Amino acid sequence: MSGTHATTPEPSYLVDTGTRTGVLAWLTTTDHKRIGLLYLYSMMTFFFVGVGIGLVMRLVQLTTFQKLITAQTYNALFTVHGVIMIFLFVVPGLPAIFGNFFLPILIGAKDVSFPRLNLASWYFFIAGAILAVLSLFTGGGAPDTGWTFYAPFSLKTGTNVSLAVFAAFVLGFSSMLTGINFITTIHRMRAPGMHWFRMPLMCWALYSTAWIQLLATPIVAITLLLVILERFFGIGIFDPAKGGDPLLYQHLFWIYSHPAVYIMILPAMGAISEILPTFAKRPIFGYKAIAFSSMSIAGVGSLVWAHHMFTSGMSGMALMIFSLLTMVVAVPSAIKVFNWVSTLYKGSIDFQPPLLFALTFIFLFCIGGLTGVMQGALAINVHIHDTYFIVGHFHYVMFGGTGMALFAALLYWFPKMFGKMYSKKAIYASWFPMFIGFNMLYFGMMILGMMGMPRRYYVHLPQFHTMHVIATVGSWLLVLGLVIFFATLVYATFKGGKAEANPWGGVTLEWTIPSPPPLENFDVIPTITRGPYHFEQEEHR
Amino acid sequence: MDWMNQAALSAQKSDAVFFYVFGLSVVFLIFITVLMIYFVVRYSKKRNPVASQIEGHVGLEILWTTIPLVLFLSIFYYGWTNYEYMRQAPRDAMAIKVTARQWSWSFEYPNGKQTKVLFAPLGKPMRLDVRSADMIHGFFVPSFRLKIDAVPARTNTTWFQATKPGSYDIECTVICGVDHSLMLSKVVIVPEAEFKAWYFGGEDAPEPGKALRAAEAHPDLANQPMGLAVLTAKGCLACHSVDGKPKVGPTLKAIYGREAQVLVAGNLHTITVDDAYLRRSITDPGAQVVRGYPPAMPKTALTAQELDEVVRYIKTLD
Repeated sequence: MSGTHATTPEPSYLVDTGTRTGVLAWLTTTDHKRIGLLYLYSMMTFFFVGVGIGLVMRLVQLTTFQKLITAQTYNALFTVHGVIMIFLFVVPGLPAIFGNFFLPILIGAKDVSFPRLNLASWYFFIAGAILAVLSLFTGGGAPDTGWTFYAPFSLKTGTNVSLAVFAAFVLGFSSMLTGINFITTIHRMRAPGMHWFRMPLMCWALYSTAWIQLLATPIVAITLLLVILERFFGIGIFDPAKGGDPLLYQHLFWIYSHPAVYIMILPAMGAISEILPTFAKRPIFGYKAIAFSSMSIAGVGSLVWAHHMFTSGMSGMALMIFSLLTMVVAVPSAIKVFNWVSTLYKGSIDFQPPLLFALTFIFLFCIGGLTGVMQGALAINVHIHDTYFIVGHFHYVMFGGTGMALFAALLYWFPKMFGKMYSKKAIYASWFPMFIGFNMLYFGMMILGMMGMPRRYYVHLPQFHTMHVIATVGSWLLVLGLVIFFATLVYATFKGGKAEANPWGGVTLEWTIPSPPPLENFDVIPTITRGPYHFEQEEHR
Repeated sequence: MDWMNQAALSAQKSDAVFFYVFGLSVVFLIFITVLMIYFVVRYSKKRNPVASQIEGHVGLEILWTTIPLVLFLSIFYYGWTNYEYMRQAPRDAMAIKVTARQWSWSFEYPNGKQTKVLFAPLGKPMRLDVRSADMIHGFFVPSFRLKIDAVPARTNTTWFQATKPGSYDIECTVICGVDHSLMLSKVVIVPEAEFKAWYFGGEDAPEPGKALRAAEAHPDLANQPMGLAVLTAKGCLACHSVDGKPKVGPTLKAIYGREAQVLVAGNLHTITVDDAYLRRSITDPGAQVVRGYPPAMPKTALTAQELDEVVRYIKTLD
């Protein structure tokens, strides 16, 4: 990789070089790295609000908080928890933070294709977030329908559903614009010699994600708009009393929201595919298999939405087809898992915190995936649909999967992003309560679901109480781990030791530039002559 | 353990598939986890200082594409065949109309009997035609592994055949408003003779499964005043409280003898709540709606005796 090292040190992107300084410089930046950090800070704020709400919901299940929190408030809590975590954290999370920061660097570009549009996406995101917060305190109060806004309840409830879904509508623009930006960037901005199969796998993951964002988001946008029109003008698209069909709403909602699950998980898989080779010091096993599986997940994943509606009374033919396709979409995920594990085979493994979290991702994602297969089987689904089993399952996928991968990516790229190194011991110390608490909480939920505990219940029947107590104690451990984890990282941004340019011995392009990266990433755009995970020459250098 | 209770044929069908998938999953998870830990230990930097630069293996890719595909397809097939059985009710099944509304269940039998608890004979197929009067609800009996949504303007059908006498929970599984988690009922399975005695026994026949249900902690309908039992059974209490708490409709506490402003065809009148007004409000709820409340109450079919009991009970609430 000759010619990529800076000869004269250029100031890092963290130093203000333009005419504006301080907060204003950040709020008007078009630098993809700064925008990535803007997303990071705003999303972490939302994440902790979401975690706080989750904690309170667990306390309600202990019945300790039932004097303070009424049933109506509880219904608002799980709705807001879902809306924040889904629309403000998990869906935009990895692409907006790490996609923005690293996509241009990984393909050897100075920025994304449309830097101003990129900043506009962040403003759409913040505008949507502000509207979502406003919806809690205005109109009839916080929405109480669950984050899915099922009609006809969402049409009839007196709470402020209209503003909440409008917030989601605005957030959709952020998602679409980011998608357009990434697709164009990947097509047009790759460094010379960086042909498709020389791209790091994170880029493949972001590419397939961007297509889903672009194609699926308009559907939910128009659906949510129809909900608003129906609430204000009673147009009768979804309300059966006016000749509408509530199942139509569910179809339209899930045509977006199921692919959205893959918007969440694909970039996570991409990050894991970056981390494993670096710490195993060998190429990823089955590069093309992983790249193609990302694309096929994006493709087949767009055709499985109605498995969210197996108990809704759809036709037998629809049930059969959607169950079958659900099984098919599990295959590419399995391929990825096998390839990841094989990447460790005969490596020279340097065990570091990012690898620990990457392996934790694989373990938890496997549980999430396997319990997903259970729900894809119709005879099992009829029992566990809409119970705590599904709640436990999607937390395994979204938190154990996307969340852990986001943590792994944060640990992996933190030294590059901030030029500082965190305390590895403190990170290891955070892992134990996080892992144990996580499994107590969410495996506990799945057992509750098998026992027959329905989701979104303010009070539960007495036979479920013991498991609820176990899950709630788990939630405390989990939060303890999260607090240690983020306290360590926040401390490191201020007081951490200086990080080297390449602390992990990685070979992708981000490790060839200084930490933190200079404003324009590369002095000279590198010319690429080989695949992304080529370690051999490093050994003999 | 209540939750492993298989109380119907559908539970056996569902659990068979569950244990098949669960077994496969455990094997897969252990395999992957052990392999990961083994590789991390065996190929650590210390034990294996130089990594082998392996790029992949086509044979392995084919292997771990086809084996999962075959297994997943077998799960699909087994899941589908065991589910299809739950969709098609036998022709001789007794058809029960299940109506969900915020936030109660009611069951209507072919002979017109209406109940709040679902009574069914042991070992006989029972078809459920599930409907909703307002929002989407979910009809769920965990011990039967049975679930079907109640969707407005649509009738969804499922069926069951109980294999064990007992009293089992019915829960609503779709968020439907503030009292979603209180939208509970029971399905009571009794020997066929006991069911028939009640079913063909006319209006005063004692409800079956008394002994079964007496053992339960849930408040027994039988110990309540008859009028309250009717109000509970018909779902009236979802909107009207008897203790003065405001709900969707006016509270019934101390309503008798009170002056109220009502809308009659759009015009405001002041009336005194008397016997006749109470009866009319039940039989023709839209006629004189109390000011400030939505005209949302459905017409509810009550027998003359039930109506008397309800009015008598409301008079006692002061």
